[in-house]
Amino acid sequence: MHKILEPIITFLFKIAAAIVFLALVGVIYAMVSEGFPGLREIGVWNFLSGTKWQPTNHVYGILPMIFASLGVTFGAILLGVPTGLLVAIFINEILARRFRVYLIGLINLMAAIPSVVYGFWGVAVIVPYIARIQLPGNSMLAAILVVSLMILPTMISLTLNGLRSVSADEKAASLALGESRMLTVWRVCIPRIRVTLQAAVILAFGRAIGEATAVVLVAGNHVQIPRSVFSSVRTLTANTVMEMGYATGLHRQALMATGLVLFIFIILVNILLSMLMHVKKEK
Amino acid sequence: MADIVATNFNLFYGDFQALKDINMTLKERQLTAFIGPSGCGKSTFLRSINRMNDLIENVKITGSLIMGDLNIIETNKLSVLRKRVGMVFQKPNPFSMSIYNNVAYGPRTHGIRQRAVLDELVEKSLRSAALWDELKDNLHKSALSLSGGQQQRLCIARSLAVEPDVLLLDEPTSALDPVSTAKIEELLEEIKTEHTIVMVTHNMQQAARISDRVAFFLSGELIEMGDTYQIFSQPQKEKTSDYITGRFG
Repeated sequence: MHKILEPIITFLFKIAAAIVFLALVGVIYAMVSEGFPGLREIGVWNFLSGTKWQPTNHVYGILPMIFASLGVTFGAILLGVPTGLLVAIFINEILARRFRVYLIGLINLMAAIPSVVYGFWGVAVIVPYIARIQLPGNSMLAAILVVSLMILPTMISLTLNGLRSVSADEKAASLALGESRMLTVWRVCIPRIRVTLQAAVILAFGRAIGEATAVVLVAGNHVQIPRSVFSSVRTLTANTVMEMGYATGLHRQALMATGLVLFIFIILVNILLSMLMHVKKEK
Repeated sequence: MADIVATNFNLFYGDFQALKDINMTLKERQLTAFIGPSGCGKSTFLRSINRMNDLIENVKITGSLIMGDLNIIETNKLSVLRKRVGMVFQKPNPFSMSIYNNVAYGPRTHGIRQRAVLDELVEKSLRSAALWDELKDNLHKSALSLSGGQQQRLCIARSLAVEPDVLLLDEPTSALDPVSTAKIEELLEEIKTEHTIVMVTHNMQQAARISDRVAFFLSGELIEMGDTYQIFSQPQKEKTSDYITGRFG
């Protein structure tokens, strides 16, 4: 029996691995094959530094959208990462054991809510609230708030796993020296999970810069370099989602090139953070 | 410094009574060894002395446990209690930081910030733990790079750095080789001139070698306590004699 099953199962594993690899190659090929000709026609510099996006006049500049994407992403990370860390510490160190299961269940549920629902919630609750402070309400701030909420579940569960991996012995040593529980977390646990936190930031970055659906609904979608967090902005992904359906020719190629830019951003962030980790390890 | 006195001390984990009516005096500047089979309550009692049992849910305590002017059961100043009563664990558990920062951790907890004072405490503590000569040129190396025996001595140095009156040790050598064990026993004999030491051990020879007094626990009860020589040569209770001659446990 084993003699027959073994090669079949091995073959299945190989096929599965090959599918993943081919899909990745396929995606990159599509972006490059359509994006490159577009870039060549528009000019890489014009494309990246142009401040106007007017498909009807064949003017394609994505600088405002780069600003919007980076603004929303960094804003969301700035809000979401520390909040996630604090919630994880709360669950692991403060919350009574019998309630943990429920809160973790709720957080997992948060991860399962479709992004369009977060968008609805942003439109219904966040946007009107911001509009009371400053019009129009549909703004970069709204996008930051919605996206930071969306990266929370991942942040919390990753940090929680990290905190759980810190040995009870080490915490006991700190407590036995007279340190308080919260300062034990700060002085012993957080330094221990630095690598986990960095991985969490990479994931949060990917999720935040890639989110389109919820952002389209709340960000306002004006192509402009944001003056403040109250400005209406259009992100790179939002732009693609809004226009891909009807884009043809050079317009379509420009959108593909946008995908290429996003792809490069994420690769750069990965390299940057893994370099940072490497430097820390060598120390 | 003062004796530690337990009177009618009971401890329950939920419905299970882990310690029954313990009455004993732990004399200052002496090394008392707790012996007894696994699960007899000796570690539980040890951990009551610096309230590490607080970490476990559903623990209930009755009776009294007093050290001089300090009511150990009632105090709400855990930090003060634990500064006076330090603890070394079974498995070496240094922090994953430098040797220096390990030893300076406790003093920093209690508010010491001046570099010179910290330097002095670190040197003094490492000397007491017989580690200074080995490590003085590598104070900024990670503590995790040390051998098991060195790590355990570092943990002792870390506890000494807050200048406690009492040092509790929970089977401190059970994870170590004989040479490291001998070094730790040697240093315990030295520091007991300035500290009250309470040690849980499974090793009868170790108790005989280094302790002044021995307390024998069985099923949550203190069966017998006395001078080490007396316990090992003329135990008063049959259960004690059965245990130390290896008839059970």
